[in-house]
Amino acid sequence: MVVEIKLFATFRKGRFKTREMEFSDDSSVDALLKRLEIAQKEVGILLVNGRYASATDKLAPHDVVSIFPSLGGG
Amino acid sequence: MAGYCVRLLRVNLSTGEINKENLDTVLAKKFVGGRGLATYLLSQEIDPGIDPFDSANRIIFATGPLTGSRAPASGRYMVVTKSPLSGTIASSNSGGFWGPELKRAGFDLIIIQGKSDKPCYLSIKNSIVEIKDAEKYWGKLVSEATDMLLEEAQDPKARVLVIGPAGEKLTLLASVMNDKYRAAGRSGVGAVMGSKNLKAIVVRGTGTLAPANLDATKEVLKEVRKKIQENEVTSKGLPTYGTSVLVNVINETGIYPTRNFQQAYFETADKVSGEVLAEKYLVRNVACFGCPIACGRHSSIDGVECEGPEYETLWAYSANCGVDDLAAVIRANNWCNEYGLDTISAGATIACAMEMYEKGIIKPDEIDGPPLKFGSSEAIVEWSRKMGAAEGFGAKLALGSYRLAEEYGVPELSMSVKKLELPAYDPRGAQGQGLQYATSNRGGCHVRGYLISPEVLGLPEQLDRFSLEGKAVWVKAFQDLTAVIDSLGLCLFTSFALGAHDYRDMLNAIAGGDWTTDTLLDAGERIWNLERIFNLKAGVLPEADKLPSRLLEEPIPDGPSKGHVHHLAELLPQYYKERGWDEQGIPSGAKLSQLDIV
Ligand code: SF4
Repeated sequence: MVVEIKLFATFRKGRFKTREMEFSDDSSVDALLKRLEIAQKEVGILLVNGRYASATDKLAPHDVVSIFPSLGGG
Repeated sequence: MAGYCVRLLRVNLSTGEINKENLDTVLAKKFVGGRGLATYLLSQEIDPGIDPFDSANRIIFATGPLTGSRAPASGRYMVVTKSPLSGTIASSNSGGFWGPELKRAGFDLIIIQGKSDKPCYLSIKNSIVEIKDAEKYWGKLVSEATDMLLEEAQDPKARVLVIGPAGEKLTLLASVMNDKYRAAGRSGVGAVMGSKNLKAIVVRGTGTLAPANLDATKEVLKEVRKKIQENEVTSKGLPTYGTSVLVNVINETGIYPTRNFQQAYFETADKVSGEVLAEKYLVRNVACFGCPIACGRHSSIDGVECEGPEYETLWAYSANCGVDDLAAVIRANNWCNEYGLDTISAGATIACAMEMYEKGIIKPDEIDGPPLKFGSSEAIVEWSRKMGAAEGFGAKLALGSYRLAEEYGVPELSMSVKKLELPAYDPRGAQGQGLQYATSNRGGCHVRGYLISPEVLGLPEQLDRFSLEGKAVWVKAFQDLTAVIDSLGLCLFTSFALGAHDYRDMLNAIAGGDWTTDTLLDAGERIWNLERIFNLKAGVLPEADKLPSRLLEEPIPDGPSKGHVHHLAELLPQYYKERGWDEQGIPSGAKLSQLDIV
């Protein structure tokens, strides 16, 4: 299945801003993080289709996964 | 009494009288300081029903017991008055260096009353306080006035607080600026200064502020500094990208208000994000007094170095006006800083005018500037300048979106609460934040309780942003804690790393006392209720605890929060109950006596 990945802030360095990637059918978010070499503890906010998600959640075709480091402001 | 100077300065601009009074330490303890204490004093000294521009209105500049101390991010002070924009209590917070300087001059707060018959400014050099002529500064932009006043003070270490031409012209969106670029931005506090013909307050203080218990202070500060250093947000996120790092996360969550809240996802947000700001325009990071976080940005454009833009400003002028031109946003922000305008309300008012223009409500032949079209870089820059100068149609915009939309018979197009423009989070996708907007004592504002933290950023824990469950409890807790932090004189951003007990420990060590977490949060609740009572007496009744009808009735049309509306009608009764108020939203007698508010 194809999943769209969007990276933000420091995660863009040495990687990319947005890219489509192919994953086997029962892959979870965890597999995606491993492929990108992002450690779980580095992740502040992980959204799948704009909803908060965790590493164990399963991916579905055409999901949009957005990954941010911890951040704040206001 | 450590933490406080135990001295306040009272200046009557009508009579020219200057008095130094002792601060009542019992009151100081009861209302902490800063926002809390100033609200109490204002409530005592004015009839909340008066016209905000009446000379009887006071404007109070108040520090807290930790302002200027060695506690991290302790550069904050509050401007408290009755707001000419919302008619509610106004308490606008600012950082920089001015607040600590006032304390080093020996004053916890300044109460300005009356009205000068000609432009004047206040000069404070330790205990020497004078009212001086400001004729030659009147009409000057913020940076020029600041430089001239510093020259007159003949002391480069003096700190300058000033209003721009917007405040002089009683523009309801006028801010108070200090250290050139730091703003007490919201609620039109600059216009109250303008109504008193007070251009500036220049302060120089050379005193020292010793903590109550040096050893305990060292110990607790070591602990809190460690927490700030170890926290990802305060040690990495904010220093690296500033507040505008939020653009993408709020947009990807689908709560980034776009084109005057007609949408909640901005297609080209990344072109106007913190990442691009850092890449193209950032010159350096800047910090307020004693702040290890240093979230401030200095950017450069057209050969001029300037501060910002902050996240809220970036949003107000980009997504909300449909503009994805970062250079134009920086230029609009600069006009706001120079004329002394609130960037959130200014950008949001232009967005409202754009919707009215595109719907044919404002006619092309009525306006004396660029077409008010969504996406127009020229419009956001030029209309900001015209608002600041109160020039032509700009003078109408400068009264804020509510008065503009109401004049044309479409008040529902103003995205405001209690006439204060909403900031950069669509509450349809963050139910707690929406309840906070509706109940905030100063109107549509995010810094009276930043529910985005748990609802979106996952701090201190992740809440379901669409769920209503427990949100009333969270809103009350955040509002009360925020009232404490504002009253202490610390920056709210410390709360990404610190909790209530950390504030308690700093207060006990630095100011002395036997505060517990409970008594401190009780003080926060006391302050919140005091503000509520002020508003009720001012005629801002519980009916005003509402959101624009668009947010309650029109589902978000696109993006990750598509299909949602805000459920205020369900949340509000839960909130009133949680607060111990009656069903109509009036604080009960029992609650007020429990909080010891007469
Ligand atoms: S965190 Fe930012 S706004 Fe707050 S005190 Fe530090 S530099 Fe100023």
